[in-house]
Amino acid sequence: MDLTLDNLACRRAGRLVYRDLCFRVEASQAAALRGPNGVGKSTLLRQLAGLIPVAGGDAQLGKASLASNPQGFQEQVAYAGHLDAVKSALSIGENLMLWAGINGTDAARARAALARFGLDAIAARPAAQCSAGQRRRLGLARLLVADRPLWLLDEPTVSLDADASALIADLVREHIAAGGMALIATHVPLGLGDIPTLEMTPPDAAAGHQGDPFLAGAWA
Amino acid sequence: MRGIASLLTRDLALALRLGGGGGIGVAFFVLAVVLIPLGVGREAATLARIAGGVLWIAALLAALLSLDRIFQADFEDGTLDQLMLSPLALEQVVLAKSIAHWLTTGLPMVVIAPILGAMLQLPNSALPALMIGMALGTPALSLIGAIGAAITVGVRRGGLLLSILVLPLYIPTLILGARAVEQSLLALSPWPALGLLAALTLFSAALAPFAAAAALRINTR
Repeated sequence: MDLTLDNLACRRAGRLVYRDLCFRVEASQAAALRGPNGVGKSTLLRQLAGLIPVAGGDAQLGKASLASNPQGFQEQVAYAGHLDAVKSALSIGENLMLWAGINGTDAARARAALARFGLDAIAARPAAQCSAGQRRRLGLARLLVADRPLWLLDEPTVSLDADASALIADLVREHIAAGGMALIATHVPLGLGDIPTLEMTPPDAAAGHQGDPFLAGAWA
Repeated sequence: MRGIASLLTRDLALALRLGGGGGIGVAFFVLAVVLIPLGVGREAATLARIAGGVLWIAALLAALLSLDRIFQADFEDGTLDQLMLSPLALEQVVLAKSIAHWLTTGLPMVVIAPILGAMLQLPNSALPALMIGMALGTPALSLIGAIGAAITVGVRRGGLLLSILVLPLYIPTLILGARAVEQSLLALSPWPALGLLAALTLFSAALAPFAAAAALRINTR
């Protein structure tokens, strides 16, 4: 299984964010996604998570095409964005157990994931009392209770300490060693060594303003 | 199935814990009805005549008050994105959340309605029509409300917009619910109105998950 971006394009509210993106992540490979702020790294990850429709081109993950079979594509993807999807009113343990329940994985794996992220000692504590780094860890622990071949990580090391950042690198290495893939948007070195990098650049200004945004699908 | 059960129990737990606002709808329902005799006067005949309509309007407003809870918090903290990626279909998510909303808002109102009815001098003969009507009709309030909540999920302070969107859609439920009570007051059969109320709930159960899921997909782009 591999991920292939084939002239992928994205529009948001009629504005062209990027187009003609071509890239390939092979099985057992992690790749970095780099570029200046606002270039569309998070947008690309959300698009690959099936949350933003394809405006042109396609992405293939194994047999599933993002343009023609977004459901099948989405089912193979785990996404960790800027928001950690942590419920303050639930305890740390309950938060992760919920996702294990929704994903149909067993409670033992959720406990193992908590231990892996160093959250087992505080599992009974309300998530409202978490620090920013602990919330982030809890959000990332969700990756371990879903069996998804492609991980899309949006700046995973933000607000994490050095140990936790090293843990993320370890987990990504384990994930790709098991045949998985990862695409990681980042501004800092990840400690994954020399991995393929998709360098994003802003689209040329003229192309972005061609035509009427309404006709180009801003209304859809 | 286990996924839906997890989501449902989570939504119930969140609604019942501090800040979840689970009891707000019911408290509003009780308070609004208690105010009526103070404003209208305590003449039994008048109160009995308006009781059905008053109870249903209060139920409508109470349901409305808690609608933004269905999706708003999940949208803001990223949970909705994760639910869209989960093995659950978004339509199932909508249904589970509507059921949770009904269990924390509609069901307590069904239980408490006869007490408030008696307070408004509603004769005992009309209480079954009120209770059955509420049990059949309030799920439609949660389901139709879920559509409105999904449409306004990206709007900050969208509560007012939500009311304007949803209240007109509540009109058939209000008419039929109040009609059932009125019919039994007149010693006529409430069943035609109750049957239509049930049909309305079934229709919204069939439509709302798809409509709300479509709106959520557009709003999370």
